[in-house]
Amino acid sequence: MEFLRPASWEEALAVKAEHPDAVPLAGGTDVMVELNFGHRRPERLLDLGRITELGEWESDGPAVRLGASVPYTRIMEALRSELPGLALAAHTVASPQIRNRGGVGGNLGTASPAGDAHPALLASGAEVEAVSTRGTRLIPIDDFYLGPKRNALAPDELIRAVRVRRAGGPQQFAKVGTRNAMVIAVCAFGLALHPESRTVRTGIGSAAPTPVRAREAEEFLTGVLEEERCWDTGRPPPPSAARRFADLCSAACSPIDDVRGTAAYRRRAVGVLARRTLGWAWQEHRGSARVTEGAA
Amino acid sequence: MTDLTEGHVPSVIPGVRSEAARRAAVLGLPTRFTQRAGNVGGVGESVPRPDGVLKVTGEFAYSSDLWHEHMLWGHLLRSTTAHAEILSVDVSEALATPGVHAVLTYDDLPAEVRHYGLEIQDTPVLAHRRIRHHGEPIAAVAADHPEIARRAAEKIKVEYRELPVLTDEKSATAPDATVLHEDRTDHHAPHVPHPNVVHRQPIVRGDVERAAARADFVVRGEYEFGMQDQAFLGTESGMAVPAEDGGVDLYVATQWLHADRRQIAPVLGLPEEKVRMTLAGVGGAFGGREDLSMQIHACLLALRTGRPVKMVYNRYESFFGHVHRHPARLVYEHGATKDGRLTHVRARIVLDGGAYASSSPAVVGNAASLSVGPYEVDAVEVEALALYTNNPPCGAMRGFGAVQACFAYEAQMDRLADAVGMDRVDFRRLNAMSQGSVMPTGQVVDSPAPVAELLHRVRELPLPAERPWESGGGGVDVRALPGGLSNTSHGEGVVRGVGYAVGIKNVGFSEGFDDYSTARVRLEAAGGEAVASVHTAMAEVGQGGVTVHAQIARTELGVTGVTVRPADTRVGSAGSTSASRQTYVTGGAVKRACELVRERVLELGRARFGAAQPGWSSEGLRLEGGKVVAGDGTVLAGLAEILGDEAVEVETEWRHRPTEPFDRVTGQGDGHVQYSFAAHRAVVDVDVELGLVKVVELACAQDVGKAVNPLAVVGQIQGGSTQGLGVALMEEIVVDRTTGLVRNPSFTDYLIPTILDTPPMPVEVLELADDNAPYGLRGVGEAPTLSSTPAILAAVRAATGLDLRRTPVRPEHLTGG
Amino acid sequence: MMRVRLTVNGRPREADDVWEGESLLYVLRERMGLPGSKNACEQGECGSCTVRLDGVPVCACLVAAGQAEGREVVTVEGLAPEGELSAVQKAFIDAGAVQCGFCTPGLLVAADELLDREPKPADADIREALSGNLCRCTGYEKIMDAVRLAAARRSAEPEGDRA
Repeated sequence: MEFLRPASWEEALAVKAEHPDAVPLAGGTDVMVELNFGHRRPERLLDLGRITELGEWESDGPAVRLGASVPYTRIMEALRSELPGLALAAHTVASPQIRNRGGVGGNLGTASPAGDAHPALLASGAEVEAVSTRGTRLIPIDDFYLGPKRNALAPDELIRAVRVRRAGGPQQFAKVGTRNAMVIAVCAFGLALHPESRTVRTGIGSAAPTPVRAREAEEFLTGVLEEERCWDTGRPPPPSAARRFADLCSAACSPIDDVRGTAAYRRRAVGVLARRTLGWAWQEHRGSARVTEGAA
Repeated sequence: MTDLTEGHVPSVIPGVRSEAARRAAVLGLPTRFTQRAGNVGGVGESVPRPDGVLKVTGEFAYSSDLWHEHMLWGHLLRSTTAHAEILSVDVSEALATPGVHAVLTYDDLPAEVRHYGLEIQDTPVLAHRRIRHHGEPIAAVAADHPEIARRAAEKIKVEYRELPVLTDEKSATAPDATVLHEDRTDHHAPHVPHPNVVHRQPIVRGDVERAAARADFVVRGEYEFGMQDQAFLGTESGMAVPAEDGGVDLYVATQWLHADRRQIAPVLGLPEEKVRMTLAGVGGAFGGREDLSMQIHACLLALRTGRPVKMVYNRYESFFGHVHRHPARLVYEHGATKDGRLTHVRARIVLDGGAYASSSPAVVGNAASLSVGPYEVDAVEVEALALYTNNPPCGAMRGFGAVQACFAYEAQMDRLADAVGMDRVDFRRLNAMSQGSVMPTGQVVDSPAPVAELLHRVRELPLPAERPWESGGGGVDVRALPGGLSNTSHGEGVVRGVGYAVGIKNVGFSEGFDDYSTARVRLEAAGGEAVASVHTAMAEVGQGGVTVHAQIARTELGVTGVTVRPADTRVGSAGSTSASRQTYVTGGAVKRACELVRERVLELGRARFGAAQPGWSSEGLRLEGGKVVAGDGTVLAGLAEILGDEAVEVETEWRHRPTEPFDRVTGQGDGHVQYSFAAHRAVVDVDVELGLVKVVELACAQDVGKAVNPLAVVGQIQGGSTQGLGVALMEEIVVDRTTGLVRNPSFTDYLIPTILDTPPMPVEVLELADDNAPYGLRGVGEAPTLSSTPAILAAVRAATGLDLRRTPVRPEHLTGG
Repeated sequence: MMRVRLTVNGRPREADDVWEGESLLYVLRERMGLPGSKNACEQGECGSCTVRLDGVPVCACLVAAGQAEGREVVTVEGLAPEGELSAVQKAFIDAGAVQCGFCTPGLLVAADELLDREPKPADADIREALSGNLCRCTGYEKIMDAVRLAAARRSAEPEGDRA
């Protein structure tokens, strides 16, 4: 095994171009588990830990350009107002120790349907900045997840950053696990209200082969909010519409039974989370949100 | 005084490269714990642990921390199937791997004896022709680096012919079921209804038919208890060092050195005295180290290669490397009169023992004899049995058969109270046993049994505040809500529930087992002061036995400086660190040895000073503050003065009063030494829409007879309660019913409670002396593990209105999804 | 195989013949004679290997040895000068927070970092900060007591006296 330690981003891209099989290593929270248990023995490890810009973020017009390795701890501490959904999701990632190491690049690179960042990214809207020596591609998040642990990256590409649309309205994230901390999602749900475009976006985790949006639910709710003039009046969508939205979110799932939960439970729980997060988000939209502690 | 760092110990560490490693190895391996605490630190005080400083500085050497120059790493190849015939094993490629020093299979075993087992020697050291469970060891590899060993093991080619798996009672006891252990010769074999039944114990007392006819209310229920793992944090590990005399020195984390040695030596073809064992630091046990794990494999590899061999299971392997708590199916019928008196209990308890016997027979005995709980019932008909299946082997875990029964009978008691129309706690208290009550086995409970009082105590504790997540000013703290940091609720769907339970656990080894311990106590003068040392083979697994031994020596010998020597096989057996027995039994042995030392010291004193001082012939001389003091308080002489250059040393065995086996047909017999009791009140908040549970508070009251170390007692109660919480809400080894494969052997998917899952746990400690026990003490460790689970389940039932019959309860059980 | 150089508990250290897939935990334990950081799960699910990497608590099992090159690591062995105990170490003993002790080193490093960051943490903050550290013996109550005790003692001490 080779341990490659590029000192710069350009060098990292060159190495990846030369050795597309090199496994990128940043926070190590996925790769090291596989190495420790002999589940994976790559020929080459590509340590990105020395590339400082991966751990930084900057403003990029309507988006935040979030370096792939910005630790979840920093996201939940420093980006709570700009990226509230992702900050909430970051807070549910594993443990404090893991949040100090892991970043969104790892979640995207692994592309597990259970990655906590995905629902938040889907709901806010984001583009993955995939870079190779051939150039830079901005992959819309909606096109990024191809299958269980499969993504749209080319073999010679590395994730430089994710450009996440800065929140124009309230965002929520909730995740179900069978423990009150340090738990992999049985299912998760992200919701973002986009008052500027009068739309709603969602993201569902761990309830389909890939992270998915509940598009039909989004369209339904967007329509209801328009018809009922909710954006203008601040009135919440009628309870029947909230229930319908929740049902459509459940219907957007195509879950499986596994050791963490049943398919039926996942479908049901996603509906509950959809209804609740919509309630919280709308409450916040009206400016009457309750302060939450512990969450982000 | 003997310096314990002398002897054969330094031979383990001369090659340690760094100073820090040398320090860790010297300090942590056989180390001695000397404490001076003024003229205090005796029985009844919260003396701090003597190994505490080493443990907080990282210097305490656990079994996985050992290091030796030229050492090799051992690794096992385990089966990937649960039931198969082995057609061939080809190790040639593995053996040819550079850096590999040995690869052993069944055919390489050096002696006639090739099986081991705690009670029944049915477990092959390495699989032979047959695989009986997922993860069974097939070959052992020794290599220079753990990764080389892992890769070599992967190169071993095993050809299987898959066999149908037996995973439950129906498949295991079908008339044409494959017999998992043919030609059984164990002493249970002639009495079992099917060769795939390890042991069956009925209990019959009173006329159940007639009693049932008197019942105004009858409740029947079937219950299921999932497979729990001990999940100790320090995985199975240790080091075997070949010795010049052809023997082996083994440093290992275990619960019972001498029982290990009894099983190891015959397989190595060595006499026991050539297998010298020293307890390395133990990272928790909870029953999971009562059976052998890597001991024999490490010794075989060390003897084969002539080099020290270290083995450390990773967490995945650990799930296959030790037995688990028996999953169980329990069918109960309870009856009561309309004034709330129990009329009868019928029960059938089926425990899944998995592929090998381990301690299944004793677990059956416990489940049967404790199946009714701490209640007075005249008419009882019980059958308990353990199966052989292709599931993972099950054996000892904290609570040992009493846990599964308590889960079921306490659910029944709630349902029966409801049927009668009584308050659930009042109903229990009305039927609670007390001193003088008769067990279903006919045994009279002859020491305090404050069951009603314990229930009263937990009920009287103030209830925790409602809606604890409301943090003032309309804020919400999600950490106080079900779901915690996952932000699933801001109060929506949350319903509170309260539940109660109480349990009974036996203390010590039962059913006629010769349950003894050995202690060697030495008293001598050093620097003008009398100091004591205590040497036993007791496995300190975290429970604090070393603290207690020093306390006993201080109390009995009136000294302050006490050294607790490392546990090894140079002293007689201490029995197992299990069954809540070590403070009782090894504590009893230490106390007895101290008493004998005291007698000898007084004899010495009389011989030296008796003629001049008449006080020496008075009654009631005691040792106090380093002196001999007469009954009237007169100081007769200092201990150091009496001892001079002489050391007084006594080694003695001590046993509790004998027990007897249960009758094979009626289950009658004085089978247990002592009973211990705990009660819990659980308060939970349940998100009824998502099925998530937050335990808000888990209060416990327990009678401990005498709190030898109150701080440690509370620690045991809270720790045991938390393990009960785990199996109530999240802990379960999931075995695929069609393949027998374990689906979640990792800490990612086998979840144990975090600090955010564990609530405040107020503890009420009662001290009602048992006159048969040293200092009146009662074993503490297990009872709190029993009633915690049913109390939480009762609270969840109260919150949800659901009739939950299985534990652990999972979110989908609460939502119907 | 490679050489790795880093600073551990204030001292420059190096290890040779390190396999590229080795973790920082393995290097500390098996190559540098610092077995205080514990190996309970090696998958970031128990916290018993918690060390501070450039001041930040991380699971040493998930840091590749090569990633620690040139970095500063503090382990449980470095929480106090030789022969002394820090406030959290002392409090863990006094409060009865140590039983088998296997989780203790990781908890100490995590608790020490919490008190550096937040000298007077609320109970919920303590629970959150320690939620990545599993303990199987104590039920955490005595650990809560220990951290509260350490916080009280640290805030009672003059700044300069802290170990």
